[in-house]
Amino acid sequence: MKTYDAIVIGSSAGGLHALKNLIKGLKPGFRIPLIIVQHLSPHSENYLAHFLDQLGILKVKEADEREKIKQGFAYIAPPNFHLLIEADQTFSLTVEEKVNYARPAIDVLFETAASVYRERLIGIILTGANHDGANGVKVIKAYGGFTMAQNPATAESDIMPKAAIATGKIDKILDINEISYFLNSLNNS
Amino acid sequence: MNTSENPDFDDSILQLEMELLLEALVRQYGYDFRNYNKAHIKRRLIFRMQQLGLKSLSELQHQILHHTNILATILKDLSINVTEMYRDPSFYLSLRKEVIPLLRTYPYLRIWHAGCATGEEVYSFAILLKEEGLYERSQIYATDFNTEVLETAKKGIYPVSKIKEYTFNYQAAGGKNSFSDYYTARYDAVRFDPELRKNIVFANHNLVTDSVFAETHLIICRNVLIYFDRSLQNKVLNLFNDSLIMGGFLGLGSKENIMFSTVQDHFLILNPNEKIFQKKILK
Repeated sequence: MKTYDAIVIGSSAGGLHALKNLIKGLKPGFRIPLIIVQHLSPHSENYLAHFLDQLGILKVKEADEREKIKQGFAYIAPPNFHLLIEADQTFSLTVEEKVNYARPAIDVLFETAASVYRERLIGIILTGANHDGANGVKVIKAYGGFTMAQNPATAESDIMPKAAIATGKIDKILDINEISYFLNSLNNS
Repeated sequence: MNTSENPDFDDSILQLEMELLLEALVRQYGYDFRNYNKAHIKRRLIFRMQQLGLKSLSELQHQILHHTNILATILKDLSINVTEMYRDPSFYLSLRKEVIPLLRTYPYLRIWHAGCATGEEVYSFAILLKEEGLYERSQIYATDFNTEVLETAKKGIYPVSKIKEYTFNYQAAGGKNSFSDYYTARYDAVRFDPELRKNIVFANHNLVTDSVFAETHLIICRNVLIYFDRSLQNKVLNLFNDSLIMGGFLGLGSKENIMFSTVQDHFLILNPNEKIFQKKILK
């Protein structure tokens, strides 16, 4: 079976519940690092990492600049910064212009992750009310990675998964619990 | 899909082209981005390449070398121009409460805003100094390597659409007056009181290639170091260390730190959340 080195996830409106359920569905000891952009207000405190960490399934933390990406961790992009992946599999942050009206932007994470992890990357688009992440999905496919979208019918907001699916570059459309199940099936290596 | 068969995504060639382009920029024009984080630089260069309808970074390099009018655009792409007034109000509140009382003990103050971009944070701090009664004894140096953004900074004119957010930030940062006291609105722009500029010197300075700036009491350099690799971060932090008086202060961006740098032993942590540090007084 193909092995994957990282999973990038983009979520927006309704993302809190989706992320919670996705992580709750993972088996304890899940190893592939998750790297998450959740659109947030620029003034929000970083409660999200704390909230997801409390589930006790993965170690969840806000991504720090220059931090090495490690197995068994989930990383959240800090509010008001873009999150990028460098070639040495560390994070970098920028405050450049918003992309798709968002900072952090899903596209920025997905595009930079794609060129680092190439075919060993999974990109997942969850609930949201904008089109961020659609271009990122295309770039992940161009590098030979694997892509998924949350089933729009069961997403709290269907616009973002629909936009990703409309690119024609989504490999699997699944409900949240099915996404977790699928990820668990990969993690045996 | 075998990505190596797709030349658009052959990163080894892209990587080489990017290194050559950055080499060309420094050798021909003296602008050195070689120690910037690569993911950001790559995104910006590819964006410009696509905007210009070019097929490779080699073509972009050719344009840069032979058509010098594109240089300003590239510099703007690669520099950090996004800023706002009182970005992270809690940082300014901490300066007001924890740093200003200590600065008050000096008969004159030299303050350096390094990487000031279009100047929003310079005016923010000038207003703060005024409200604390320290402006008249302060000399503020506001520097950037990008001449174009410095021109904007000198004018002190910003879009009126931002004022609502800036007013919110100003109040959250402990502002003592009505924010509208400091600017006049005209059409779709606001102009900050030219009096605020009286003690500000806007100057060209490149953190990567230029040397120690001045014997300063406070250096504010926010969200600049995040663009640099570890070696350049260390170089710039050493520059700051050498530029500060003993007991002087350094304010960084919320995701920046001196921990794990080569100067960490030279500083005390004044406020760990706001990333405000004080240079130790050595006997």
